[in-house]
Amino acid sequence: MTVDQVIFLAVALLTLFAALRVVTTGNIVHAAFWLIAALFGVAVIFALLNASFLAVVQVVVYIGAIAMLFIFAVMLTRKEMRDRGPQLNPNWRFGALLAAVAFGGLLLIVNGWSGVTKTASAVPSDFDAVSALGNALVSPDAYVLPFEVASVLLVAALIGAVYVAFNQK
Amino acid sequence: MVPLSWYLIFSAALFSVGLFGVLTRRNAVAILLGVELMLNSVNVNLAAFWRYGNVTDIAGQVFAIIVFAVAAAEVSVGLALVISIYRKRNTVIADDLDMLKF
Repeated sequence: MTVDQVIFLAVALLTLFAALRVVTTGNIVHAAFWLIAALFGVAVIFALLNASFLAVVQVVVYIGAIAMLFIFAVMLTRKEMRDRGPQLNPNWRFGALLAAVAFGGLLLIVNGWSGVTKTASAVPSDFDAVSALGNALVSPDAYVLPFEVASVLLVAALIGAVYVAFNQK
Repeated sequence: MVPLSWYLIFSAALFSVGLFGVLTRRNAVAILLGVELMLNSVNVNLAAFWRYGNVTDIAGQVFAIIVFAVAAAEVSVGLALVISIYRKRNTVIADDLDMLKF
């Protein structure tokens, strides 16, 4: 095994453990903190994939903004932190079965796909992924339209969130 | 080099764990935590396919950026709804929110 593979296995197992804690732990604040651990693990995976910009955005946007938003929401709904009764709904076994079936199906698809043995070619030395990404996002013959649509969506969502959460009294 | 299948299996496992959380948690905030895990697993797939495909074609990363924006929008609206419901009904348990049921 190469160093890459050892790092990947360690990070992947830690991330999956953190993800399992997110969905099973009783205290919802702890679940939010475990989510931060899982998100950080995914950021490391991005770094392993040479997707440096995605790794940074993962830390800044997901951990810096989204996870903080979750912690605030948990605090604002504080009375429910020690939930009444169990954390999982009564037919959680059915949910677990469905998740296991989904995992099995995805494994089958991965197993049956011929492209799975593909190996990564080395990144060309004169290729800068970050500047290529930046150019692609603002170039009219690339992805400027989806980029602008995404920003409009984000603005609409934020205005809607303020409107919905605003205390009208 | 890590084989492509490892990334795909990792992301499938992360997706299934998130799916389990969405299907079984009672707390509405915890359901949104599960959705975040699922969106993240999709991003791992996109980044892996970008890396193992044609590296100079940046489309995979662009797609992942769009998913980031959608996730941020989804979380802000979702949590605003949870807080609004909490103000009116004083609960965040998804089972208790059955006003639409006859």
